[in-house]
Amino acid sequence: MDIKPILAALRHHKGGTALIALQIALTLAIVCNALFIIQQRLDRVGRPSGVQESDLFVIQNDWAQKLAPAEADARMRADLQTLRQLGSVQDASASNSFPLHGAGWDNFVRMSPDQVKMTTDSAIFFADEHTLATLGTRLAAGRNFRADEIGSQTGNDPLHARQVIISDGLARTLFPHGSALGKTIYTSNDQSPSTVIGITGTLQSHLTELWAQPYAYNAVLVPARLTGDSTFYLVRARPGQLVDAMRQAQDALYAQSRMRIIPADGGVMTFAQARQRAYDADYGMAILMGIISAVLLVITAAGIVGLTSFWVGQRRKQIGVRRALGARQRDILGYFLTENLLITLGGLLLGVVLAVALNLWLVIRLGSQPMSPLYLAGGVLLLLLLGQGAVLAPALKASRVPPVEATRSV
Amino acid sequence: MFGYYFQLGMRSLRRNPVLTALMVIAIGFGVAASMITWSVFRVVSGNPIPQKSGRLFTVLIDNRGPQYNDDGEPPEALTYTDANAMIRAHKAPHQTLFYPISLAVLPDGNRSLPLKAIGYATTADFFGMFDVPFEYGSAWSAQDDTRRAGVVVLSHQFNEQLFGGADSVGREVDLSGHIYRVVGVTRHFDPKPRYFDLFGGSAFDDPMQVYIPFNRADDLQINTAGRNTCGGAPDTGVGTGREGWLRGECSWIPVWVQLDTPAQVADYRAFLEGYAAKQQRAGRFRWPPNVRLRDVTDWLAFEHVVPPESRISLVVSIGFFVICLVNTIGLLLAKFMRRSAEIGVRRALGAPRGEIYRQFLIEAGTVGAAGGVLGVLLTAVGVGGVGLLFAPRIARLAQVDLPLMALTLLVAVVATVVAAFYPTWRAAKVQPAWQLKSN
Repeated sequence: MDIKPILAALRHHKGGTALIALQIALTLAIVCNALFIIQQRLDRVGRPSGVQESDLFVIQNDWAQKLAPAEADARMRADLQTLRQLGSVQDASASNSFPLHGAGWDNFVRMSPDQVKMTTDSAIFFADEHTLATLGTRLAAGRNFRADEIGSQTGNDPLHARQVIISDGLARTLFPHGSALGKTIYTSNDQSPSTVIGITGTLQSHLTELWAQPYAYNAVLVPARLTGDSTFYLVRARPGQLVDAMRQAQDALYAQSRMRIIPADGGVMTFAQARQRAYDADYGMAILMGIISAVLLVITAAGIVGLTSFWVGQRRKQIGVRRALGARQRDILGYFLTENLLITLGGLLLGVVLAVALNLWLVIRLGSQPMSPLYLAGGVLLLLLLGQGAVLAPALKASRVPPVEATRSV
Repeated sequence: MFGYYFQLGMRSLRRNPVLTALMVIAIGFGVAASMITWSVFRVVSGNPIPQKSGRLFTVLIDNRGPQYNDDGEPPEALTYTDANAMIRAHKAPHQTLFYPISLAVLPDGNRSLPLKAIGYATTADFFGMFDVPFEYGSAWSAQDDTRRAGVVVLSHQFNEQLFGGADSVGREVDLSGHIYRVVGVTRHFDPKPRYFDLFGGSAFDDPMQVYIPFNRADDLQINTAGRNTCGGAPDTGVGTGREGWLRGECSWIPVWVQLDTPAQVADYRAFLEGYAAKQQRAGRFRWPPNVRLRDVTDWLAFEHVVPPESRISLVVSIGFFVICLVNTIGLLLAKFMRRSAEIGVRRALGAPRGEIYRQFLIEAGTVGAAGGVLGVLLTAVGVGGVGLLFAPRIARLAQVDLPLMALTLLVAVVATVVAAFYPTWRAAKVQPAWQLKSN
């Protein structure tokens, strides 16, 4: 196909040509970035927590009066005893927070007491000998806590943990070459050492924010009950008995003592709900970007159909002349497809620049990640196909213009 | 003429229903997407206290030093030591400090279970500084602060819950086992974002329910229900338990001052520098004074209170709207140029270019208005479903109100008319002779 006459014809439709090209450029810029954002968000949402999430639920328990630390510790032990004895409950444990919770305690981790800058940041989960079994998290190396090692402390005391279990993510960050087992780390402001006695499999932190991405799999399990104004009880139901266990657990706790508050909204929550909460902003972004991309592609396609139809209508006479002079139907079809291809290519050229610029803005202003060129390539291909698809109907209509049109007056 | 052109416009739009529908739908979706995201953005990026945002300052003091502070910035709240020193010094016309608390209202006749009450432990100045409106009674007095009195201010909603909304001033409430006398009930008080408590990350959280004197809470050793950040500096030798923690260098108490004139601001800054210098001389700080005095807008910007999701979705939605407009320009161009013959006849019969402009811009305005009406409907639906797109605490900020609906309509019409300038210009350029010439 000779493109010279097409270019000559386009020169007579500068306005319309520029508009379609601009629309394609902007669409490419938005759709590439939107798809990239969707992919990023879904990646985050799809990360494993290292927790066996089905059959697990969380109870938020606030004490209704101020308790001395020893009293709070005794009540927590009694509550755990009660929970573990329920028929529908497999295991239970108390903690200050849990993976994906968002709020919690995080400390800097150092390799030596006099090190100034932290090596990394890690979630601190207070734990006992039941915690790993309750979470359904695997112990990859070393040993679990023993019942006689579990102490208690308040949130006002500096973290005191002579022996800790750490997540494999933290172990690999701290000791990239060789095992962390038996090594000493420093997690407390009072510079007391902690010996690593166990390493879990994958275990996610409570931190879900974007800034905490590098620390998302760092967790230190401390063998103590944190006594304070409130606590979480993590409870694993026997398989398939989640609903029963959730009801029974709450009733049993109130039967034990009514001097507690289990909030009506979110006080008893399945882990699935906790996960949903952690990621609702991500789901929202993915949905919004998805809707916008889809509507955008439809509108751009419709715009191409509309303008090309107009051009076809405008050039019926010329098409008739060409047909009368011997052009075949597919020459006419090819003409319009090629014309669209040229305009689309022009638009995509500009669009690639705009897409990169928009991504750059997101990176600089909002700390997003740079977009992989694959998204650009995908977007370009998508819009080429969209353009050709949209132009097909008007182009077919043009190809059916009879040669006799050449002889007709207006 | 307006009425006539309007009729012509309607007739022309009816002539190509598909093209018209396409334009209206594009504008409707474009403006709705922008407005839905804008309805959230205007709240999260808004100034919650415009009348005095330049006179309220949060006080920050670097107690960690260059090795351990956050890229040179002091922690976002003060330690117990520094916060109390600021209040005792009383160097500003008004100053307050606070921390979030979580208490329990014990069961009584109506309830068999304790009820949670979230609030702030603060001082009398809090209410005046942050313009807290009162329904009954008033804030407690400065004397109540010094007497460490057991008094409480309830929120409207909590008063409703406890006393059925009656004037409860003078009544008593048992909070976590201690009796407090009600001195005031606020009206609905829920600034968004809650600019003074950004340290706690509760910019968009539920409103507080109770307020009690800081000194009283301190006497009762009520722990903070909010954030506590100790930084990375070694903190040895301060002991364990609450006493050790209070004496230590953990930051957990926001402090605010009200400074009404530039002179007061300068004086306070000098006082603050002096305070830090004194700490340096005393050997507590081993670095020169590093203090900040940030007003409300400065603080909102520094704390990045606008969620990135809200900013991204607004930018992308506006981009989407621009594309819809570009699309409309193209379609209007096609539509107008198809009527070249008609324009030619009108021009030949003596219509000046201005009339052509007027006719086609009015026609575009009708398209914009139709798009705007669709946009208003889609915005209403979309804001209802915005819970799908944003976290619940952000999503509930989105409200459809009259200004938003008016803005939707206005933006749709204005944007479409602006977009129509190019096609109209082309239409007005049509040469009458050319069109009249028979082929």
